[in-house]
Amino acid sequence: MTSATKDAIKDWFTGLGRGAILCQQTIGSICTIKPEWRNVVYQMYFIGVKSQSVVVITGAFTGMVLCAQAYFQFHKIKMDTATLAMVSVAMGSQLGPVLTSLMVSGRVGAAITAELGSMRVTEQVDALRTLAAHPIDYLIVPRSMAMFFVMPLLTAESICIGILSAYILAVFFLGINQTYLWYNMLHYTNGRDIFAGLIKATIFGMIIVMTACYKGLSCRDGAEGVGQATTEAVVFSSIGILISNFFLTMMLNRLLGQP
Amino acid sequence: MIEVRNIKKRFGNHEVLKGVTFSIEKGEAITIIGTSGGGKSVLLKHLIGLIAPDSGEVLVAGENIDRMNERQLLKVRRRFGMLFQGAALFDSMTVAENVGFVLDREQKMTPAEIAKRVEEVLTLVNLNGTQKKKPSELSGGMRKRVGLARAIAYRPEILLYDEPTTGLDPIASDMIDQLIIRVVEETKVTSIAVTHDMRSARRIGKRILMLHQGKIYTDQKPDDLFKSEDPIIHRFVNGIADLKETSL
Ligand SMILES: Nc1ncnc2c1ncn2[C@@H]1O[C@H](COP(=O)(O)OP(=O)(O)O)[C@@H](O)[C@H]1O
Ligand SMILES: [Mg+2]
Repeated sequence: MTSATKDAIKDWFTGLGRGAILCQQTIGSICTIKPEWRNVVYQMYFIGVKSQSVVVITGAFTGMVLCAQAYFQFHKIKMDTATLAMVSVAMGSQLGPVLTSLMVSGRVGAAITAELGSMRVTEQVDALRTLAAHPIDYLIVPRSMAMFFVMPLLTAESICIGILSAYILAVFFLGINQTYLWYNMLHYTNGRDIFAGLIKATIFGMIIVMTACYKGLSCRDGAEGVGQATTEAVVFSSIGILISNFFLTMMLNRLLGQP
Repeated sequence: MIEVRNIKKRFGNHEVLKGVTFSIEKGEAITIIGTSGGGKSVLLKHLIGLIAPDSGEVLVAGENIDRMNERQLLKVRRRFGMLFQGAALFDSMTVAENVGFVLDREQKMTPAEIAKRVEEVLTLVNLNGTQKKKPSELSGGMRKRVGLARAIAYRPEILLYDEPTTGLDPIASDMIDQLIIRVVEETKVTSIAVTHDMRSARRIGKRILMLHQGKIYTDQKPDDLFKSEDPIIHRFVNGIADLKETSL
């Protein structure tokens, strides 16, 4: 192995370890220090509002394309009315949480990294520490708590919009019988699917916020450093979401039982 | 008040501090001079625990701060005020929020009392009326003055200034110098200023330390320093470049 590869591997593990320490300190801070609710609410507002457009568009178009594709297949075997059931299960358990998280990571995660990164580069983080504010209490805890509350809501929103737009498409453009469509959806969609989806979304939210904060606070000096940290934050959290989605799906399936 | 014992610090292969030792009494005002990139900012950040030394000790009021964790350090840092080289104002907040930051978070004063204190310190730096502005709307000199206001707003015992006048026009520099002198005289704080502006160094400090090649090269009264025959000091004080380094 060349020394460059060795260094890269070493750096990667060092980063992972530092990230884990950051998570541990964040949890420690939440458990011992009274959170600053004013900041948490502000961050919830910021994350929620910033994500509205992407969440709505992702939900609507994913719902519609799923509906259309499902209809094309189901129509061949005369199962038209199962279309919406297919959409709701897929949206609720997989596509809703995963696509929403990916979009939020590009929108909010990148913004967090860029903000914290430029704060670090311009010595604002040092100024915070000088002014007796712990960066973890002041910067990371409000953002992670906000993400914890907002992520399931955003995902639920995207699932609802997906199903609604699929319903409109199915009934008004594909001409499927609305009563059977709705009945089948309720019959085949299990509460556990949606619940598992929301749990996953919350975990993805934590992956996004911790990656973004870690990358922001550890970015290298200069505008270039901030840009690179932002890109890395989005790439790492997206990959983290996709990989952990598989394992979480298997795990939750075990825990919550087969539908 | 502050005692620095043989601190060393390296970044990668570059040894910035090679054993710095000095001490400052309570109420004293000193300046540290040295070339750009010579490690002045790094030294200042050691005093307040923003950077930990590789070896050596920093004692603040008899307490060794190197063995403290970040939470213990926060308590020690409450005694310090620091003006950063680039002011480091929080750019998501207004001037008033910046200046009142510590008071607001401590919640020992009512919002009206905080507003009053903010007005008081902003008046001191001649910026009353800019409370609602964002740092991005201010000029470099105004930002430094807001940074100064923020550092003194919560009445710290020790003030650190990192190049308070660098990059300012002569009038603005003079104003900052006057302010620093007034703060020292009126509040009896211990103050440490880092600069390579000789005029300012001479006026602010009762004692001047020169950081040269990672060590304290000299520690003298300003008048003695300016009369010094030592070639290194003489060249720095009078701003004469070494001919060997400038030859093409
Ligand atoms: N966090 C850091 N990482 C790596 N190198 C640093 C860091 N901080 C400062 N340095 C290096 O230390 C040297 C001294 O920097 P500094 O203290 O800012 O000089 P100055 O005397 O101009 O304030 C510079 O060469 C700088 O590149
Ligand atoms: Mg400096």
